Amino acid sequence: MSETPMIEAAGLDVHFGSNHVVRDIAFQVAPGETYGLVGESGSGKSTVLRTIAGLVTGWDGTLRVAGQQLGPRRDRAFFRRVQMVFQDPYGSLHPRQTVDRILAEPLEVHGIEGAEARIARALEEVALPRAARFRYPHQLSGGQRQRVAIARALIADPSVLLLDEPTSALDVSVQAEVLNLLADLRVARQLTCILVSHNLAVIGHLCGRLAVMQHGRIVEELTEAQLRAGEAQHPHTRDLIALSHELEG
Amino acid sequence: MSNGNLVEIRDLHVDFPNPQGFTPAVRGISFSMGREKLGIVGESGSGKSVTGRALMRLLPEAARVRAGALRFDGTDILAASERQMRGLRGGRIGLIMQDPKYSLNPVMTVGAQIAEAWRAHNKGSKREARDAALTLLEQVKIRDPGRVLDSYPHEVSGGMGQRVMIAMMLAPNPDLLIADEPTSALDASVQAEILKLIEDLVSARGMGLMLISHDLPLVGRFCDRVVVMYAGQVMEELPARDLHRAQHAYTRGLLDCMPSLSQKRDRLPVLTRDAAWLEKRA
Repeated sequence: MSETPMIEAAGLDVHFGSNHVVRDIAFQVAPGETYGLVGESGSGKSTVLRTIAGLVTGWDGTLRVAGQQLGPRRDRAFFRRVQMVFQDPYGSLHPRQTVDRILAEPLEVHGIEGAEARIARALEEVALPRAARFRYPHQLSGGQRQRVAIARALIADPSVLLLDEPTSALDVSVQAEVLNLLADLRVARQLTCILVSHNLAVIGHLCGRLAVMQHGRIVEELTEAQLRAGEAQHPHTRDLIALSHELEG
Repeated sequence: MSNGNLVEIRDLHVDFPNPQGFTPAVRGISFSMGREKLGIVGESGSGKSVTGRALMRLLPEAARVRAGALRFDGTDILAASERQMRGLRGGRIGLIMQDPKYSLNPVMTVGAQIAEAWRAHNKGSKREARDAALTLLEQVKIRDPGRVLDSYPHEVSGGMGQRVMIAMMLAPNPDLLIADEPTSALDASVQAEILKLIEDLVSARGMGLMLISHDLPLVGRFCDRVVVMYAGQVMEELPARDLHRAQHAYTRGLLDCMPSLSQKRDRLPVLTRDAAWLEKRA
């Protein structure tokens, strides 16, 4: 990669007490690229994402976003530039705030003007009906809630979107809609994304490159073409690919 | 009287109360099953779980359940006494739910829970119950059953927890196993192992299996027959091996919208919902 990577990790280690959960991870994501992290529960993939987002303390190594070195504490500009979408939209939206309030908060935090127009545009962008604006999360379906979570992540114009299993709590029919939406948005907004999932088909659908994680390490890095052609070297990757084909039937 | 069918459902309606009246969740579905593997597939809100719960009479009291027939092995579920139902629930019908984190008792060891289930439906001493629990853990292929017996649910992984749940459901030797999204909370590799385990146990013990899931290809792989539900009605019923030849647009839509590893597509086809699917079916 000749240009400066948007996201760069080198020698990243994370400890939770005496548990060494991420071990010497290194990868780079180019601007506009969508990079996949795949692995089973406990492989450390979500922890890598949370560490980049600043949700994990007690890490070592180098992390850079847009060339800037990240420290243990992040400034406000960082949180405007990097946003995250979580797996469970039931858990990640405030149950007692309306969609309008949920979307207004990032704008207030970052001192962004023109909330009215921005919220209307954000809802339109994620294809939510206008009527959804003054509803509470429990009045929306799972897919609509995930759209709100995506709208909230995008409303402050981030350049990096971290996606942690964004569709695994959704029906397959709704998953298709959300995956299409993410594919459209990343082009329209020129987003750099990291997508964490245990589902290889979902990763292959959105990502150009991916890393396979096991026991806190990256065991292999593949391109989408290599993934689809089954050109994997590591036995764990091969197992995951074989399994995915088997479940597709 | 039993006509060889384990489950007989005819014109089942389930409505839930809302401030204005009732919201229909199941709108006149009919199907029957024997000792086979039947998949019930549909999206959230299609009524698939409610159907399973109605068969065990596990719905909230406020729910209104009506049916031409709702029978388990000849027993009329709607007319059965609470005592009869206790014999069926967990006895002749086992229920495996989505997330073992919530369906296991967090303050009881795994062994004690399985032993409790065993003693609720078998006569025997505590010692025998513990031995039975150990044997059941072996049957669900837990490698170190002695250790798992004395652990608490939070000390075991999700896949292991689901194995424990299955062991507990097998304790009374049920005739029917209802598995409601049994693997949605699990990793793909564990998912395959658990379904394989359920499949093996069901075949070996000659039980019936009702597998409730939103994942159509998955259900197609593990079941003999598939019932596809949408908005409280059955859209299509077909043998699992003919799934790729499904006629109904809804079934086709559910199959098409999955991303695939073998086939690259820029956009996923989304389900276009036809208002005609909502119309009352004969």
